[in-house]
Amino acid sequence: MTGVATAAAPPEAPADPPAKAARSERLRHERRLGLRLSAPAFAVMILVTAYPLGYALVLSLYRYRLTDPSGKEFVGLKNYLTVLTDPVWWGAVSTTVVITVVSVVVELVLGFAFAWVMFRILRGRSVVRTAILVPYGIVTVVSAFIWRYAFQLDSGFVNQWFGLADYNWFGQRWSSLFVIVLSEIWKTTPFISLLLLAGLVQVPEEMLEAAKVDGATAWQRLWKVVLPNMKAAIMVAVLFRTLDAWRIFDNPFVMTGGANGTETLSFLAYRQNVTLVNLGAGSAVSVLLFATVVLIAFVFIKVFRTDLSQVRGD
Amino acid sequence: MEGRRTSHWWTVWGVLILAWAMFPLLWMVSLAFKSPETFRAGTPSFFPDEWTWENFQTVFDDELFTSALRNSFGIAIIATVLAVVVAMFAAYAIARLEFPGKRLLLSMALAIAMFPQAALVGPLFNMWRGLGIYDTWLGLIIPYLTFALPLSIWTMSAFFRQIPWEMEQAAQVDGATPWQAFRRVIVPLAAPGVFTTAILTFFFCWNEFLFAISLTSTDRARTVPAALSFFTGQSQFQSPVTAIMAASVVVTIPIVILVLVFQRRIVAGLTSGAVKG
Amino acid sequence: MADITLQNVVKRYGDGFPAVNDVSLDIADGEFMILVGPSGCGKSTLLRMIVGLEDITEGEVTIAGERVNEKAPKDRNLAMVFQNYALYPHLTVFENIAFPLRLRHQPDEEVRRKVEEAAETLELTEHLDRRPSNLSGGQRQRVAMGRAIVRDASAFLFDEPLSNLDAKLRGQMRTEILRLQRRLGITTVYVTHDQVEAMTLGDRVALLRRGELQQVAAPRALYEEPVNMFVAGFIGSPPMNFLPAVVEGGELRLPVVGFRPPDDVLARVGDRSRVMVGLRPERFTTVTGDGAGPDDVEFEAEVDVVEWLGNEQYAYLPYDEPEGADTTLEELERDLDSERLRSQLVVALDPADAIASGDRIRLRFDPRSMHVFDVETGENLTLGVG
Repeated sequence: MTGVATAAAPPEAPADPPAKAARSERLRHERRLGLRLSAPAFAVMILVTAYPLGYALVLSLYRYRLTDPSGKEFVGLKNYLTVLTDPVWWGAVSTTVVITVVSVVVELVLGFAFAWVMFRILRGRSVVRTAILVPYGIVTVVSAFIWRYAFQLDSGFVNQWFGLADYNWFGQRWSSLFVIVLSEIWKTTPFISLLLLAGLVQVPEEMLEAAKVDGATAWQRLWKVVLPNMKAAIMVAVLFRTLDAWRIFDNPFVMTGGANGTETLSFLAYRQNVTLVNLGAGSAVSVLLFATVVLIAFVFIKVFRTDLSQVRGD
Repeated sequence: MEGRRTSHWWTVWGVLILAWAMFPLLWMVSLAFKSPETFRAGTPSFFPDEWTWENFQTVFDDELFTSALRNSFGIAIIATVLAVVVAMFAAYAIARLEFPGKRLLLSMALAIAMFPQAALVGPLFNMWRGLGIYDTWLGLIIPYLTFALPLSIWTMSAFFRQIPWEMEQAAQVDGATPWQAFRRVIVPLAAPGVFTTAILTFFFCWNEFLFAISLTSTDRARTVPAALSFFTGQSQFQSPVTAIMAASVVVTIPIVILVLVFQRRIVAGLTSGAVKG
Repeated sequence: MADITLQNVVKRYGDGFPAVNDVSLDIADGEFMILVGPSGCGKSTLLRMIVGLEDITEGEVTIAGERVNEKAPKDRNLAMVFQNYALYPHLTVFENIAFPLRLRHQPDEEVRRKVEEAAETLELTEHLDRRPSNLSGGQRQRVAMGRAIVRDASAFLFDEPLSNLDAKLRGQMRTEILRLQRRLGITTVYVTHDQVEAMTLGDRVALLRRGELQQVAAPRALYEEPVNMFVAGFIGSPPMNFLPAVVEGGELRLPVVGFRPPDDVLARVGDRSRVMVGLRPERFTTVTGDGAGPDDVEFEAEVDVVEWLGNEQYAYLPYDEPEGADTTLEELERDLDSERLRSQLVVALDPADAIASGDRIRLRFDPRSMHVFDVETGENLTLGVG
């Protein structure tokens, strides 16, 4: 299916009346059926995302706390000014950036290595594949607890094994972030590796053999044949993982509760809206968070030219 | 030909990946079987000195956990069924029909796949309280259904596309109405795809945490991930670590079973939407 | 059983391009009609318009005298065999064949009887409990035909049914289809791009080019009396030779030889100064001394390549082409799905002749066996001559 077909203008039909009627009858039927079948999906998506987002946009222009409902007052863009000049916002931005960049880069390299091993391994491929699906499927909160308890002073084995005595991992920003990213990487590398494996098996074996005959080394084959042919798969995997990591919430919530400069953007939005019920400023954070996601998607699609038609399948 | 030696190396790497995936699970199981008293002494060993079912006893005696387990199963299953039905219709329309709004539907699905859920907790929190569905199953089912839609639609439309057009056309020529063609030919052929989609959707709902803590306040609708984060143990003086791990083991069991039984299908489903041949 | 008529049928897609343009065709009750042409000529589209899988932009299709333009496929009572067979993989062979009957809620007893009868005819009886995925290509094809014959359809439609089979099986199935059609005596429309199928199966053959009907005729007439260069070039293997000729002083000058054509041919040429001469490879014979007709044209040429196949032998004789003659031919070759590489004459010779590449041989042909075409329109000027 191509976009061209749908983009083409509906044809003028200079036909005699009965033929024209027959044709548009079928077309009308198809359109009606298509709309009917997709109506529930449309309805749900608009109800749960578009409408609330619009609602957030409106709320963000008000001073509005649930603890003080009578104090609701239109303040224009003041909430945005407050948020954007607050170091808490910029701290959350930097934390989110660090987590996203580190985890995506590590997951990509590690995921490719995993994919390569699964591609080449002769015996036990399905065992390996099954095994890595468990971290993929496991509840993120559970993963967060597992890693937290591995590093936590009273229960963990890490300090003991590595001779770190009573080093408190969750006492500082960077060591906390390290554990958070570790849990994130453990859980999501399998997903990346499966996506990359799917891209890898599509590189024709014949092309690799031709490169071998042409005298390319294994390293050259990887960089000049395999990777260029997987570019689409890699970009899609990176885009989705980037946006996924950007929304990170579960791990910091469980591990640090946002302490020691580990509060992410999603966490900030949650805390403002749900914990502090400061709906005015909270909505401003929500809208800004949404804007950052749009920006990232825009950069990937326009600047890196990520081809999403493969994902959307149209 | 590359010799057997290299193939052995690949096996070694495979074992390492296996260890990577399994080691944290081993740690979870080990903690779940430790006595909560263990941590008093400090520097506990990796494995329990004495294996005990005590923690499982604790969590199953706790109403907080059992009701959460009930909520998790109920909400995840209902949301999954709804998502699969809604997505099946939409995916069929996308794969087979030409209609205005098709591109919009695809674009919306893409947008929702990228949407930061945290941006919605505020407005939804407010809206749900207004509608009286805050802290109810329905209040969680609706957002779960929505955010499961993109993956469900992609996976299923990929499956629908694999069914040759000729199949429906043959049915039509054989005398079937469009509905008969859909029910007697397409649905049976798409069944594996529907099933795969259902598994992936179930994983998502089972896993979800942000809405679960934002849109619930009591154990009426609180799911296991949310309950875990609030769990404090039997008493203030006892470490909740082992009990939380026991609960974690319990919620991981369904995942492990699904993965073991449907490994091949899950992989096919995960990759079909993303990288198309 | 019924006759099918197409009246000025047009199929135009979104971009306005007519995939089928103003086709009129009468298919008699019980007739085996072939739709043939190079890929993209609109033959499959035409078939799908008859069965109702494509809308008809303009014109009218009637089955047994009744207009069907607005009818859904299920209401047209036609049976179709698809290129990839379209067997339902989740059903057994029995249920696949029974599918149309089940949709009509026929009683089990009758379904069983009809399916078994069809299976008998197609020698599928021992495979009835198997699934399509466990069948060979030929068996699948027979199941698809079984699904068509169990119901009392008004007509059979085939969309390149043999193109997925290997050459040997294709030959067998071709005979099988013909036998079945003759026995059932049912109106059949059969789409193919293979001229062997077209020539052997059809009572009549309709040849299409770029959505337009070129000629409808019995296979023999199509071969001997092609209305234009396209038809002449499409039918026959190896294809007809087209030689650019200059008309000068009552003589036709071909690149290989010049001669005075019969008067009636010359009359048809009229005042044209350039024409295209078509000669089938098998119209040439080697000159062995005698046996020449009074008007035969003789010439000598050098053999470039010889292909000896046991029962036949082809020789390729290159020649120099006059300037400007190639554009007509290049366009024609494009329409015929092939590529014009060099100017050469193909002749079919007696396989007993010992000829090697590099030999100079003398050939002759009867000028009455040649076709003369207009360079611009491709129209056959010599229709009905001789």
